[in-house]
Amino acid sequence: MIALAGAGLILAGCASAVAEQTPPDGAPAGAITVFAAASLGGSFATIVEAFRQDNPGVTVTVSVGGSAGLATQIVEGAPADVFAAANPATMAAVRDAGLTSGAPVAFATNRLQIAVAPGNPGAVSALDDLADPERTIALCAVEVPCGAAAAELFAAAGITPSPDTYEQDVRAVLTKVELGEVDAGVVYVTDVREAGDAVEGIEVDSDPVGYPIAALSASSNPRAAEAFVDFVLSAAGRRILGEAGFGAP
Amino acid sequence: MARRRSSLAPVLWVPASLALGLLLLPLVALIVRAPWATLPSLLAQPAVAQALGLSLATAAAATSVCLLLGIPLALVLARSAAWPAVPRRLLRSLISVPLVLPPVVGGVALLLLLGRRGLIGEWLPFSIPFTPLAVVIAQVFVSMPFLVIAVEGALRASDRRIEVAAATLGATRLTVLRRITLPLVAPGIASGALLCFTRSLGEFGATITFAGSFPGTTQTLPISTYLLLQTDPDAAIALSLVLMVVSVAVLLGLRDRWVPGVLS
Repeated sequence: MIALAGAGLILAGCASAVAEQTPPDGAPAGAITVFAAASLGGSFATIVEAFRQDNPGVTVTVSVGGSAGLATQIVEGAPADVFAAANPATMAAVRDAGLTSGAPVAFATNRLQIAVAPGNPGAVSALDDLADPERTIALCAVEVPCGAAAAELFAAAGITPSPDTYEQDVRAVLTKVELGEVDAGVVYVTDVREAGDAVEGIEVDSDPVGYPIAALSASSNPRAAEAFVDFVLSAAGRRILGEAGFGAP
Repeated sequence: MARRRSSLAPVLWVPASLALGLLLLPLVALIVRAPWATLPSLLAQPAVAQALGLSLATAAAATSVCLLLGIPLALVLARSAAWPAVPRRLLRSLISVPLVLPPVVGGVALLLLLGRRGLIGEWLPFSIPFTPLAVVIAQVFVSMPFLVIAVEGALRASDRRIEVAAATLGATRLTVLRRITLPLVAPGIASGALLCFTRSLGEFGATITFAGSFPGTTQTLPISTYLLLQTDPDAAIALSLVLMVVSVAVLLGLRDRWVPGVLS
């Protein structure tokens, strides 16, 4: 029964791919792969939907992960057409390897927030509480952008945090908060918003972090890659990112 | 002149060589790409020794737990011939589940059982996640099936008539177990323990999900390798090399002496 339903789904998928209209002359077509920072997952899914409306000939696959890991994959030759990173430093690693076509452009900013489980069982109210060894705290590893940003935040506030775990990306921190395994984690404003009722956010006085995007020079489909970057930078892309909680660049 | 021909069809050499290449060439690449010149300084970092020490200690603890709990389970399984078929087969399949389960799923399952809000964890007076105990539990979860399967296989292959003979001569059940059964399956136990140890040493997904990652407490060698890959690929390659050398050394060094069964 399940197998039949699965086969039906696959057939339906093929049918819609075949029925896809051919794009008008000169419009971008084909497939591209976008590597996007973990924190962009939700909003890029929406952006891809909207982009498809304007560019029916282009199939976009988004690969979401920790920015630093994605950057390493790109440098090692992963077939990506566009890279959207969660901080300028990670993008610089790709640009310095000569792999971006043109200069990366800032397209959004994000800020950090403390995420706590609903009801705030650990009674966390401010950044100081994250220095309390009695509380269970998750931070991003300093090797990934959210961890680097958190380290700056603590340094600026003169607080030495007392984390129990350094997670490999911001989503992993959020999961541990959602499951109630930690009293608090430091994540982005956008993650708190996307998690809905599963977590509560506590404002902290953090500097905005810029998110750069660039088409990649190794792309086999530069036209479609540029079109996607342009769409992210357009008013429509801006609006979607704004709704997710990202700030203007 | 009559020549004895090999029973192997020559055409099999092609896929066999491809298989061998697929298994070994990635390791060759690791060795070729390793930053040999800076290797000593990369490995001399205290953080590396810390992660390696934690990995070795937790893997050894996990192997001990597997031996302590897994051998009795294997004995129960091997002697389950008299059971009805359904529960017997169900039990045998369920034991193998961690072998095929994505380790991350195992980690999530452990959190839901033993986490602060877990089925059991909620009632515990202490918290397990983010402790070395959690690392050991994650390693036991993924590696126990290796031991159970190896020991059970050895038990099924062993000659039960010797046990019966011992019993007729007046040996108690415990004496039979201690003097006859366990020595008979010692090679199976050794190979199972070896697989447990190396699998525990390489455990990543369940560990980072259930135990988290904190230097000196829960950050094992595979986890620090993964994190380093994001910022310092050379150091990550160096650590990978260490893991590979330790694993291969354990397999090679112990295999010939102890394990004529499963592995050789």
